[in-house]
Amino acid sequence: MSEQFIASVDQGTASSRCLVFDGRARVISVSQIEHRHIFPRPGYVEHDAAEIWRNVQYVVQDALATVGLAVGDVVALGITNQRETTVLWDRATGVPVHNALNWQDMRTDHLVRELGGDAGPDRFRDRCGLPLATYFSGPKIRWLLDHVDGLGERAANGEVLFGTIDSWLIWNLTGRHVTDVTNAGRTMLMNLETLDWDDVLLDAMGVPRAMLPEIRPSMEVYAEAGGALAGLPVAAALGDQHAALFGQTCFSPGDAKCTYGTGSFLLMNTGEQPVQSANGLLTTVGYKIGDQPATYALEGSIAVTGALVQWFRDKLGLIGSASEIETLARTVDDNGGCYFVPAFSGLFAPHWRSDARGVIAGLTGYISKGHLARAVLEATTWQTREVVDAMNSDAGVAMTSLKVDGGMTANNLLMQSLADVLDVPVVRPIVAETPSLGAAYAAGLAVGFWPDVEDLRAQWHKAAEWLPAMEPAVREKGYRKWRKAVARTMDWVDADDD
Amino acid sequence: MTARIQSIERAAAILVLLSGRTRRLGVVQLAGELALPKATVHGILRTLAAVGFVEQDEETGKYQLGAALLHMGSSYLDGNELRARALNWSDSLAARSGESVRIGTLHDGQVLVVHHVFRPDDSRQALEVGALQPAHATAMGKVLLAANRYAAEELAGEGLARYTPATITDWDALSAELGVVLERGWAGDAQELVPGEVSLAAPIDDRRGVTVGAIGISGPVERLTEAGGPRSDLVSFVREAARAVSRDLGAIPW
Repeated sequence: MSEQFIASVDQGTASSRCLVFDGRARVISVSQIEHRHIFPRPGYVEHDAAEIWRNVQYVVQDALATVGLAVGDVVALGITNQRETTVLWDRATGVPVHNALNWQDMRTDHLVRELGGDAGPDRFRDRCGLPLATYFSGPKIRWLLDHVDGLGERAANGEVLFGTIDSWLIWNLTGRHVTDVTNAGRTMLMNLETLDWDDVLLDAMGVPRAMLPEIRPSMEVYAEAGGALAGLPVAAALGDQHAALFGQTCFSPGDAKCTYGTGSFLLMNTGEQPVQSANGLLTTVGYKIGDQPATYALEGSIAVTGALVQWFRDKLGLIGSASEIETLARTVDDNGGCYFVPAFSGLFAPHWRSDARGVIAGLTGYISKGHLARAVLEATTWQTREVVDAMNSDAGVAMTSLKVDGGMTANNLLMQSLADVLDVPVVRPIVAETPSLGAAYAAGLAVGFWPDVEDLRAQWHKAAEWLPAMEPAVREKGYRKWRKAVARTMDWVDADDD
Repeated sequence: MTARIQSIERAAAILVLLSGRTRRLGVVQLAGELALPKATVHGILRTLAAVGFVEQDEETGKYQLGAALLHMGSSYLDGNELRARALNWSDSLAARSGESVRIGTLHDGQVLVVHHVFRPDDSRQALEVGALQPAHATAMGKVLLAANRYAAEELAGEGLARYTPATITDWDALSAELGVVLERGWAGDAQELVPGEVSLAAPIDDRRGVTVGAIGISGPVERLTEAGGPRSDLVSFVREAARAVSRDLGAIPW
């Protein structure tokens, strides 16, 4: 028998990518194409779902063709996708009835406050694990039903279908209207315990059940693709952060990963029971393998990490490229007592203070641009520490190591600083594209290409590891100062501010 | 036809002389090279220092290219930048070769390790970023010296230390080897630093074709060689990775 491969589609916010993996989970081919962002007015962010579908077909065929593979050489296709982005389409024609509403789109801002009412943003948290926020799909569906003529009625009759991007792609690939639990869990319409659509939530948001896809496990053969990919089993779907958790082989409770980009997403496996957070973290489904019980996770996002380095580069102009921040930071030995809390649009988990704004604390005449560069990098470190502390406290298990991925992992100083401040080893895997790897792992498991998660653990290799090397007293003092700096960000915004 | 401005021509000549990454020269040397009075050269250097184009080393009093100029896109490439740009390709090289990967730049006649990817076997390994390796006894070092003969000559002047019986300590022999390396586009070290250890490396070039770093693998002689020479598949992997990083840095594709 000739060698076989797994293909993995990562349909992201900026682009669609296809990676092809061999039996040892090594990347042998990559194809990528960007799609348009449509900005009809401030705060509105849309995609053309038809363009995304065309791009996905292209990258899969291109990735195979580049290395001379036929569809028959691929045993399964896995999908990972930008979460929460909402597509509505006509069941009969397959044509979207409106541009897809991107997760960053803020048009439901008023709607989500209305939905919260007197109960506030946590009104539905018990059922769906999420606070009311503009990101999630449920309110986006409601907005479309309210604003596109005749859509409410057609949706109730089952003539118009809803899907997150996974669902839209699987429908186009196979004709089946399904979604996976991790994506369904980001709609605010799924009950975290039953893993099914929740009538109370559907009623509250005014979303008819007839338009919703069937919720399936993250990994099982949903159906075989037709068209140019005819016969290819579509065998996995996971939201991008969930796929990264799986790709980082976080299979045991307490295993955690953090993806460091513009913002950062930290997810920790909490086992087979959903853990409600006392610290404002999100409760989400990590993944669900076939008929096995679902694995849950806590999610903490940090709004401003890489974005602070970009700000330092673009707005202060003290560095020419993001990488140079490490060079500048290494011109000094420490932060000189300077702390930078980038509460640019308030403080998120675990503080949740919208009245906060950014602060640079501890300034003296001694502080140089090198110290500022240190403070910028440490902002990411300390914010991670706060989320990790919240997770440890919510989950009742202490994180023992942190697996990292994303662009900022190229910064050695930052990674060492993370290990020092978290007091656990920080590990970077050899495959940087962890969402794609996770979707490939999942699809490979579903079709028996890889036998079990233990086999996946054996496939996964460290590319680098940073070990804690900070004196406890230094760490505690640093954390104390950071918290004092955080306290100074609060109560800045006044009623008459814009 | 506009007349050319002599002082700018002279300043440019000084910058050209200083343009080797490791090159540091004193006023006397520069004046000698340019056949100009010391006072003239000193005046130009002070002006260049004032705008940040050159810097004077406090200890030796010698001059080198300044940070301002380096950031304007000379042959200098920030090691942290190089690591960020090479991250995916170096991971891929480690996965394909099954060996540890390092990326190095020339730093005062030695190889500064700016990036290190573990050998993908989950054995206990420590990150060696920031470590210095002798240039004449490593594959990365030979690649970098081959592209920078001035640095090579400077190194030879200081003497070539012996690490193993295979270390090349004779300048003529090293010079000949560097010629071969430049010609074929890759370098090897056959147990020249550590007995039983072999390394292979190829140059990373920027958009002007200037070698800004080297990427390579290292491991035991049993795994990396066959029939007395380096395994040709591993040489291919290393060269492909180097070309891929170079392409990302804007080097002309080939």
